[in-house]
Amino acid sequence: MAEIIAIYTLANGGVYALLAIGFSLIFGVARVINMAHTAFLMLAIYIMFYLMRIQGWGMFEAIAVAVVGVTLLGLLIYRFIINRVREHHAAVLLITIAIAMILEQFVSWNMMATVGTTDMQMIQKLIPGYIDIFGVRVLIQHLVILGATAVIIIILQLLLTKTRMGIAIRATAQDAEVANLMGISASRILLISMGIATFLAAVAGILWGPLEGIRPGMWGNPLVITMVIVVLGGLGSIKGSIIGAFIIALVQQLSMFLFTQGGYLVTTFVLLAMVIVLVVRPGGLFGIMLEEERL
Amino acid sequence: MLRRLFKNFRFGVLPVPGRVIAVIFFVLLFITPLLTKNSIFLDFIIQANILVIFAVSWDLLAGYSGQLNFGHALFFGVAAYGSGLLYDYLHWQPWATIPLGILIAVAAGIITCFPALRLRGPYLSLLTLAFPLMLSGIIIALKDYTGGEEGISGIPALADTQLGEYFIILLVMTVSVLIMWKLSDAGSKYIRTGLIFHAIREDEIAARATGINTIRYKLLAFAIGGFFAGLAGALFTHVAGTVSVHTLALTLSFQAIIYVIFGGIVSIYGAVVGVYTLYPLIHFSWLAQRRIEVFIKTLSATPLVDFLQGIRAIIGRPELVLAVLVIVILLFMPEGLAVWIRDKIERECPRCKLANAAWRRECRACSAPLR
Repeated sequence: MAEIIAIYTLANGGVYALLAIGFSLIFGVARVINMAHTAFLMLAIYIMFYLMRIQGWGMFEAIAVAVVGVTLLGLLIYRFIINRVREHHAAVLLITIAIAMILEQFVSWNMMATVGTTDMQMIQKLIPGYIDIFGVRVLIQHLVILGATAVIIIILQLLLTKTRMGIAIRATAQDAEVANLMGISASRILLISMGIATFLAAVAGILWGPLEGIRPGMWGNPLVITMVIVVLGGLGSIKGSIIGAFIIALVQQLSMFLFTQGGYLVTTFVLLAMVIVLVVRPGGLFGIMLEEERL
Repeated sequence: MLRRLFKNFRFGVLPVPGRVIAVIFFVLLFITPLLTKNSIFLDFIIQANILVIFAVSWDLLAGYSGQLNFGHALFFGVAAYGSGLLYDYLHWQPWATIPLGILIAVAAGIITCFPALRLRGPYLSLLTLAFPLMLSGIIIALKDYTGGEEGISGIPALADTQLGEYFIILLVMTVSVLIMWKLSDAGSKYIRTGLIFHAIREDEIAARATGINTIRYKLLAFAIGGFFAGLAGALFTHVAGTVSVHTLALTLSFQAIIYVIFGGIVSIYGAVVGVYTLYPLIHFSWLAQRRIEVFIKTLSATPLVDFLQGIRAIIGRPELVLAVLVIVILLFMPEGLAVWIRDKIERECPRCKLANAAWRRECRACSAPLR
């Protein structure tokens, strides 16, 4: 049983880490809590499902179109909707919820028209089959998730620490006004980080979709989990997001396997973990508390 | 006494268009049963009034004192379950279960506040988001005692007739909105809470430096928010006759937020406007759909039928209409609908800060020029 818990923890943790990094990045840079973040994940899965199942495209074309399309859509939504109300925190919150609702309605409409139902639909695995590792049967999909997550996180880390653009992103996250004075175009940096964030959400969707299936309302649960992870690790900290993702995935699997009523109590235990961390360390595990946000 | 009231009305309400609209609105609500006996419509107003209490209490807690609470459904659900379970096990009547449900909600508010005292901003929002979700998980897991996902049903109504229920809810709504408006009024001479809540929201450290016990007032804000949200929840249990985990759902918390921000945050009337503009969309969508279907059958022209079919399909998705409306409104009036309208029809005197009608040339009190 320990092996199963470990495999599921690593696979789910990888997907959660991708989601949480994107959420944390856009929050850190633009101070936007993007409630539509996991709706982009849902949309990417649906585009992949639609192209492969309904239109009969090949897998790689479908994945490419899904990732590029969702990233472009995220950029457009940021540029024309979120950017205009960025100063009003409450309005941003509400508008991103509304965007998520629109995406959900769009997908459910399209699903009713093509599949005839909005129930859960399954998607074929990226690479089907099992593999034996030390006598444990592991889905290859899980290994694909782990490998892809590791590659993406390493690339992102290099991008953020080694390139000029990455340094500009981190500078804007630390202090947008001073970064602007140093000649960094803040609005361009915000657009780029929104692009990275939606790209990560879309990739997470591609990796996760074959395990979870597609359902228009599926964005709610990962959204809560992403927010929990980001708060647990500390808003704006990428290291915190990665570690938080694996902690939460572990808590999920443990509560699922150890308690008879575990299925109902997963969210309760996950949230309990967050509450405990927040009460002990109000800034999250690796949180960067800005001076004006400190109590 | 009566003369003073009349004088207040003559000089305090009549010259300000926003207040006139508010008075007309409440009078209309009270005489609605004389105009229509349609039980669907009255039922809609009953539910809308409960939502008004709920949304206004969120505005008081999150808008005024700045504790951006994402889990306001906790208080609603705790009170709903409290009074539902009290009836289920002890068979107490509404006059006993509602106050006890409210007490439980106040206790929940104070308990939530203790971890929340150390947090602010997004951390506080997400902490409060956690509690109702945790509780609903526990309630489903303990389905032998709480009825699980189906919940409890067969809870007695508030009054024998729908009309009685209508007036009870309307009266409770009016009184509680008035109380919350007074509690949050920063200009009041007698009640300081409004001013202190504003101070805590704007700058907590400065508020503490001026000698305000911010911890006590934050606790008070949570207790008041819990009280009125609990009132709404307990009333809802008796109106609906059932209680289920939907009363703790994320969507209910977000509904309050949507209504308040849509109408205008940090303004009690904004929540009322938000509920009464958006809730009909959700509530009447199926009715409108059926009307259009009946209407289509009487027609023969094809282009018109296609057009109406399209409209019917859109109305069948009230969430879509709601979301598009929210985005459009917020893009053009980010302060909220009610605040935007108020700024169009009222103008603040630059000298004495008194509200004036926008079409006046000079202030009604100090005759300073308005533009």
